Parts: sequence; C-alpha cells; structure tokens
Amino acid sequence: MDEKKLIALSGAVIGMLGVLLVFLGNARNYGICVACFIRDIAGGLGLHRAEVVQYIRPEVSGFILGAFIIALLAGEFRARGGSSPLLRFILGFIVIVGALIFLGCPLRMVLRLAAGDLNALVGLGGFTAGIYIGIIFLRRGFSLGRNYSMGSSNGYVLPAIAIILLLLVIIRPSFIFFSESGPGSLFAPIFLSLLAGLVVGALVQRSRLCMAGGIRDLFLIKDPHLFYGTLALFLAALVSSLAFGYFQLGFLDQPIAHTDGAWNFIGMLVVGLGSVLLGGCPLRQIIMGSEGDTDAGLTFLGMLTGAAFMHNFGLAASPAGVPVNGQIAVVISLVVLVVIAVSNCKVSMPVKSSKSFPSGTPKKF
Amino acid sequence: MSEEIQAIDARGKLCPEPVVLTRKAMDTFPGEALLILVDSPVAKENVSRLAKKQGYKVTINDEDGDYLITIKR
Repeated sequence: MDEKKLIALSGAVIGMLGVLLVFLGNARNYGICVACFIRDIAGGLGLHRAEVVQYIRPEVSGFILGAFIIALLAGEFRARGGSSPLLRFILGFIVIVGALIFLGCPLRMVLRLAAGDLNALVGLGGFTAGIYIGIIFLRRGFSLGRNYSMGSSNGYVLPAIAIILLLLVIIRPSFIFFSESGPGSLFAPIFLSLLAGLVVGALVQRSRLCMAGGIRDLFLIKDPHLFYGTLALFLAALVSSLAFGYFQLGFLDQPIAHTDGAWNFIGMLVVGLGSVLLGGCPLRQIIMGSEGDTDAGLTFLGMLTGAAFMHNFGLAASPAGVPVNGQIAVVISLVVLVVIAVSNCKVSMPVKSSKSFPSGTPKKF
Repeated sequence: MSEEIQAIDARGKLCPEPVVLTRKAMDTFPGEALLILVDSPVAKENVSRLAKKQGYKVTINDEDGDYLITIKR
C-alpha cells in the first residue's frame, strides 16, 4: 500500500473507532483522548484524587503494545535516547497542562469538532497558532539535540509499563481507583478498549499519523501528506457521529467541554507549540516511545505527572470552566515553552562540505 | 575516492529536523547534489518525500540502520 493510502486509511479507521468506542461505553466525544486517558490513568493509580476521572484506560496500553509489536515486526524497533530527556519530560508535562485547560488532546479536538462541538474550532485556532509559532523557532534552528542508540532493555520499559497497567485494570487490586460517577465511570469493555488501542497503535506506527505534524508540514514544507490523515480522521468521525446520532452543532451543552473561548484557544496554543517542540502530538509521543525512543517514553511520564498535578491541585478545566489557578498554570506553561524554545535555537549552517564519506556513498553524480 | 558533495548529518535527529535541514541545504545550494544521513525510517521517508516533491532523484543506501540518501536534480 502506498504512503498516501495508508495515512488516509489510518485516519479513517481511527476516526471511526473514536466514535465507536463511545457507542461501546466511553463518554460522549471521548472515544479517544490521549490527554484525558492519561489523566484517568493517573487517577486510577491514585496519583490524584479527583473521583470522577479515575480509570486505568486499556486503550493506552493498546496504543503502546500495538505500536511496539508492529515496530518489532517491521524491524523499526530501536532503543535510543539522550535528546534533552529532562526538557522533554517538562514539555510533556506542559502539553498536558494545555490539553486539560481545553479538555482534550489534538485528537479529541478533531473528534469534538466532528461531533459538532464548535468550541473545538476555537481550540483548533489556538492549536494552529501554536504550531505556527513553533515553526518560527524551527526555522531559527530550534533543536533538542540528537539521540543515540542504547541497549535494547531501555526500549522495553514503556511496553512493560503498558502490560503492568493492563494487569492492574484486569486484576483490580484494592489500591487501584475506579470512578463511580463521571467520565471515569464510563468505559467500553476492557477487551474491546484494548483491541481498539492495539489497532490505533499499529496504524499510527505504520502511517506516522500526527495531528500536529499534519498542520506543521502544511506550513513548513507545503506538504499535505500527514494532513490527509487528519482530514480522513475528521471525515470518518463526522460520518460516524452522524450515523450514531451523536452529532449536535453548537457551543453550548457539549459533552465534557466548556465555552470559555479565550482559554480554549490558549490551552490548545500551548499544546500546538509544545507538540512542535517535541516533534509530535501526544499520541505520536506514545507511539515513538513504543518504538524504543526513551525520550518519548519519558515525555509520556511527563504527561502522566502533568495530569496528576492538574487534578491534584484543582487546576484542570471542567464543563463549569477554567479555575483561576488553572489559568495561571497555563500562562506560566506558555512562558516556559517560549524560554525552552528560545534557549535551544542555534542559528547555524547545517551544511558542511565534506570530502570523506562513510562507505557506501554513491560515487558518481 | 568519491567526489565532493554537500553532506548533512541528521542522524539521531527527530522529525521534522532532518527535513528542515534538507530544505535549508536545498535553498543554500540550489540544484546541487546532496547527501543526507539519517538513522530512522521516518526521517528517511520524510526526506525522500520532500526531495521527490522538489524534483530531485533519490537514491537510498542502507548501511546498518544508517540511511544514506543521495538526492540530485
């Protein structure tokens, strides 16, 4: 299958699954959301005590294991790391701060939009603005530095975490939390959630689908390739939302959403800028982590920590709106993003003339 | 002995950096052949896609997980 068909197919299948999971039991417009899922997992582990968002979502284990298995089969699993790990941890933390102010990762933003939630359109504006700012830094030479190969065992950590999380939700030991009401209490059957997650993980690994990359490459290199995936995801989710009767157009009374436009915009601006600095949206980070990229694995742990902080200190938004402390948190996050971006720009000539090459270089031009 | 060619070592760099570096090199050395070194399949695909889109011919040599991408008009 050629690249274009694969990315369109991946987007379409994920868009459809994002709605199907609602039908199977997940909360409305909450079929797939990396930020909310991670937040629920943090709650399930007791890392925060917001009682309505506690459930160890099997979909996330599915994302990780699906991508891990398919990367192994494709010969693309390679343990690596060392590209500013601690900065990436912080960036993961910050991206979740932004996402929990908007109430959704970029993928949920598209699913919300496809279900008629116009607040997500404001979010999309912020997301696009954030990506555009990120591109300015990329053009100025922003880089978190290169990574290096590592021993294979480093790459198995994230899949091992995925298996442990899966066991916890299946075995249900007494120290694990389960919401009795709210979005955390609404979930599809474990096996189906896992299956959907495995499919999503495998598809994103093969197709390289990325919500941030789609918009980024449109601006940066005028290449719509990744954006086709986003578009296919939106269209499939739109058709599925209409088919299942979930579509309702408007700003008011949207499921798990608030109408505060300014904070929807700023929240997703932080997600967009953070995602560009990281090199991909939250879902993409999970997939890269599953391919052996330990920096992305650490980004995942940063997201988990960020989610725990947001709910532990009551900073996250809710359908009632954005608390003042949450507003302060997201503004501080934006400032930190700019500081990280500025301090990692090096205007350099990337090209050097070279007379000696590694073996295998074509000799005739 | 090989001829001289503009080389970009983008190994270990995450997307979109290899693409950005390749694009910069294309603008700096218009029409010249370029050699780009990457070590991830994603970077290989993205750099190749950009080069083809810009009208370059692309040759890829796989050297133990390092991809040597030669592009020329």
